[in-house]
Amino acid sequence: MSALLEAKQVSKHFGGLKAVDSVDMTINKGDIFGIIGPNGAGKTTFFNMCSGIYPITSGEIWLDGENITNMHSEVIARKGMARTFQNIQLFKYMSVLENVKIGFHINTKTRLWDSILHSSTYKKDEKLAEEKGLEILERVGLTEFKDTMAGNLSYGVQRRVEIARALALNPKILLIDEPAAGMNPNETKALMEFIKKLNKDGYTIAVIEHDMKFVMNTCNRILVLSFGKKICEGNPEHVKSDKEVNEAYFGKGILVREAGL
Amino acid sequence: MNELFSKIKIFYEKHKLISFGIGLALLLAIPALFPKSYIMGIIDRILLYALLAGGLNVINGYSSQFCIGYAAFYCIGAYTEAIMSLRLNFNFWILLPISGIFAATAGLLVCLPTLKLKGKYLSIVTLGFSEIIRLIALNWSGLTGGPMGLKGIPVPNFFGIKIKSSISYYYIFLGLVIIFLFATSRVIKSKIGRAWLSIREDELAARSLGVETSKYKALNFMYGAFWAGVAGAAYAPYTRYIDSTFFTLDEGFNILSMVIIGGMGTLIGPVAGSIVVNLLTELLRPISEYRMVAYAILIIVMMWLRPQGLFGASNSILSGGKIKKKEERRKKKEVVV
Repeated sequence: MSALLEAKQVSKHFGGLKAVDSVDMTINKGDIFGIIGPNGAGKTTFFNMCSGIYPITSGEIWLDGENITNMHSEVIARKGMARTFQNIQLFKYMSVLENVKIGFHINTKTRLWDSILHSSTYKKDEKLAEEKGLEILERVGLTEFKDTMAGNLSYGVQRRVEIARALALNPKILLIDEPAAGMNPNETKALMEFIKKLNKDGYTIAVIEHDMKFVMNTCNRILVLSFGKKICEGNPEHVKSDKEVNEAYFGKGILVREAGL
Repeated sequence: MNELFSKIKIFYEKHKLISFGIGLALLLAIPALFPKSYIMGIIDRILLYALLAGGLNVINGYSSQFCIGYAAFYCIGAYTEAIMSLRLNFNFWILLPISGIFAATAGLLVCLPTLKLKGKYLSIVTLGFSEIIRLIALNWSGLTGGPMGLKGIPVPNFFGIKIKSSISYYYIFLGLVIIFLFATSRVIKSKIGRAWLSIREDELAARSLGVETSKYKALNFMYGAFWAGVAGAAYAPYTRYIDSTFFTLDEGFNILSMVIIGGMGTLIGPVAGSIVVNLLTELLRPISEYRMVAYAILIIVMMWLRPQGLFGASNSILSGGKIKKKEERRKKKEVVV
């Protein structure tokens, strides 16, 4: 097992607020890695640091043996990291297929002249985007929506479109931010199967999620954050039985005698 | 009417080449219909502004960088052509792309320091840039003739024929507009166009998908500025005299109003906008300066009723952020019935 995404003592401070504080993390190839924690624990901030949206206050991030600390997000995307967003960031006024086609941006190299003169590069790129785009939609089960405008789709389908778009980058690792938010139990279940299937296809996946059932059933390793600090990392059984995790979620038990009652 | 339109559309989709041929033949025949140079002059203006508005639309409509001072690039193009043909005796046909490249370079210079600026902040920078260029044209007497302007700009040659009449300029402008529409329609459908649109729709998502937003914004700005330079270069020998008063901020707003009225983010919109505004200019000549009031009212009404412009797609981020669910609504109605 080799480490694909590594965070070494990364911190992010917004002024005096330590949103993420000295967090270590190792995601191995082939993992479905869950990141959980109470609201405001710094999960999304952590994702934004990994994908280059926020600059890092201190620490280092390594992707597949390469230091990607403080690189721009478009560069990191080229290095093989794709992500989705907590509040879906689709191109709402474009069709689903067009959304996916934009995902092929880094894998095509049409220049201005190519597009005006319809050169062979252009034709090759368009063919690739069209064919592979349809292939991804087929795999994700969105073929029927390919010409629908993305903004018109239901919430659950939009999430899938966002994942399909990320897959078009052919990433080494896929970061998914709260995919099950706002979904009903059936949709969540379908999503669970979908993510497992993606993992079987060879994608390494990191996922932030609040739904414990979802996390415990899909992820093979879990990182727990609370108030920006890492409090636990390990497999689901280990995390479930960890005392600190329970305290973070349910609070400390108070002994009657200590409370003075 | 609607039936006629849909029939035309079906015919167009079936026989694209034939319909292009018919359209081109009609356009080429226009000078025969209007031999009066007054009317041809108006049509020339319409085509010139269609080119300018189209170029501005690439910037404002496709990547949503809101440029107000577009007249600056137009000015650069016109002065480049005038100076180079007067001083260096360059050929008009070579000067067309050269002026475009000069304007595009200026576009890059404005763009580079402002890549991080968005919306109204970028607009204000372009506004300032427009004024700077106008003041340079006004005050650098040695090069630009200052307030006297540049006189006697040589007329272009076309295989030994001197191009002077408004009819022959009609063909030059028409050719440029057709080249512009052809090139732009192809760029928009390619990876580059998609990158521009993705920046317009959601810059954060575009970056996370690996779109180098800075590079594509700069490219977009340069592409738009290029066509303003070309339009300027075609305009200079047409009037044979240019000075800085031709390229004021008002000119920039004039072009902008065409883009807004016609519809941002569509290829045909700016052409329509140019037709509407220029015809209105001619119709409202009797009330002279009050026609500015008419423009303003037109823009306000447009923003109210059709923020996406005459030909703008109703399903666009430019139509006020509403997503129309026509089909779904129709389906619901059917269910009710």
